[in-house]
Amino acid sequence: MSDQPVAAAPGRARLSPRKKQKITRGTQYVVLGVVLGALLLYVDWASLSQNFAKGDVAEKALPELFTIALRNTLIYTIGGFVLAFVLGLIFALMRISPVRPYRWIATIYIEIFRGLPALLIFLLITFLPLALPGFEVPGGTYGQGILGLGLVGAAYQAEVFRAGLQAVPKGQTEAARSLGMSAARAQFTVVIPQAIRIVIPPTTNQFVSLLKDSSLVLFLGVSGQYVELAKFGNDLASQYANATPIMVAGLTYLIVTVPLGYLATRLEKRKGSGR
Amino acid sequence: MTPAIEIKGLHKYFGANEVLKGIDITVEAGQVVCVVGPSGSGKSTLLRCVNLLEEPTEGTVHVEGIEVTDPDADIDSVRRRIGMVFQQFNLFPHMTALQNVMISQRRVLKRSSKEAEIVARDNLNKVGVSDKCDAYPSQLSGGQQQRVAIARALAMDPDLMLFDEPTSALDPELVGDVLAVMRKLAEEGMTMLVVTHEMGFAREVADRVVFMDGGVIVEDGPPAQVIGDPQHERTRSFLKRVLHPEG
Ligand SMILES: Nc1ncnc2c1ncn2[C@@H]1O[C@H](COP(=O)(O)OP(=O)(O)OP(=O)(O)O)[C@@H](O)[C@H]1O
Ligand SMILES: [Mg+2]
Repeated sequence: MSDQPVAAAPGRARLSPRKKQKITRGTQYVVLGVVLGALLLYVDWASLSQNFAKGDVAEKALPELFTIALRNTLIYTIGGFVLAFVLGLIFALMRISPVRPYRWIATIYIEIFRGLPALLIFLLITFLPLALPGFEVPGGTYGQGILGLGLVGAAYQAEVFRAGLQAVPKGQTEAARSLGMSAARAQFTVVIPQAIRIVIPPTTNQFVSLLKDSSLVLFLGVSGQYVELAKFGNDLASQYANATPIMVAGLTYLIVTVPLGYLATRLEKRKGSGR
Repeated sequence: MTPAIEIKGLHKYFGANEVLKGIDITVEAGQVVCVVGPSGSGKSTLLRCVNLLEEPTEGTVHVEGIEVTDPDADIDSVRRRIGMVFQQFNLFPHMTALQNVMISQRRVLKRSSKEAEIVARDNLNKVGVSDKCDAYPSQLSGGQQQRVAIARALAMDPDLMLFDEPTSALDPELVGDVLAVMRKLAEEGMTMLVVTHEMGFAREVADRVVFMDGGVIVEDGPPAQVIGDPQHERTRSFLKRVLHPEG
């Protein structure tokens, strides 16, 4: 190799990189300005706010928005999450089990429930009493919603757990086994507690997903005391022929989901920086 | 007397790869046997066959007269009597040093928490890390972690100890502390099977040195013979590389 310094191509670039960057950025601002201007000019703001952000309609949503709708959304979500957590852990352990049929069952379950639209599961749940005469999901409407969310969530949560369990180094199990712990004991005292730490951030995201999916409870044909945010907003919207309640419901979701999203990101970062 | 460890005709395959090709070793109670040999010669695999972290393909392993290779053997109860120390320490990162040393006493030996704590503190004291009881592994140096790992194994009152290159992952200045602990154990009469590259330790502490290469035992005898006056060319060239890495 020659030890000559690499010469900048002389006279070729008439614009310095910094100038170029300035121009690119300027262009972006111009585009933004044009689009905003067009929106301001052509959108009928009066009609828009009349239909999507009408104060007196929004007021009609209170206090049931919180006392019934948000409360029910949280009941469905938390219930579904607990079910998904427990089932997910069982399926994850089955999926990595040395017993082959367990692995098959877990794999089939996970593939099916991740592959189907959640909506389809909810629709099927409404037919359960037809399929199994005399059978009723315990807990009535709440039970049905929680079952639907739990069944769907379990498939995703199982994959989260499996990744977490497999992220725990093999040496941990070996150390536990050589201290005389049985395989199950080693899993529960050494591997699972570490895996749980690893899976906290993706599990938080999973919770957010379930919270949004809880809107599917709408398709169970719930009413009255059982409505959750989406159904609540939709019912009020039809009643007043105005979209504002749906916007209000949406905002209420965001109040919960956005902070949780940030929390997940922070937990993720903390996990990245050591213990 | 029943030997602590008796290995006969041990073969181990990983798939089609034969890693151990007929190993015979006997370790008497109270003996310290060091296993040396080049990387990939099967030293770790041999050690791991003793407490069945690896399943031998062929041959028998007896620990204190109990055949661990017997499919009906209660392997968990045999493992309780065999302490194992790993190159990478393998401390439980979600527990403090004290909890690391207590957990298997509590869960396996069913000792009361009071008794387990007394035993744990005793052993942490013995390995010289009593001031680190409440530290998590990530807050300890490698040498401290390894000594906690030794305390963890000792707390189970094992009859014998397996060491797999316990100082290989340590910074050179930390090796001495760990070797000192092992030396003390040997002096107290602990039965030890040690895979190591520390020739000084092997020469001074071991009753016997076993040189392995390519899945077979090439030489087995007192350190003065195997290290001091090796009979085989393979042993000589290995020792030359280990003792004079620059030369
Ligand atoms: N779980 C495994 N699966 C497949 N091959 C393995 C496995 N463990 C070890 N081996 C192979 O067996 C051979 C011996 O490995 P082993 O770890 O026993 O050697 P070693 O003497 O301990 O080497 P080192 O000094 O590097 O630790 C190597 O070729 C290794 O690749
Ligand atoms: Mg090794």
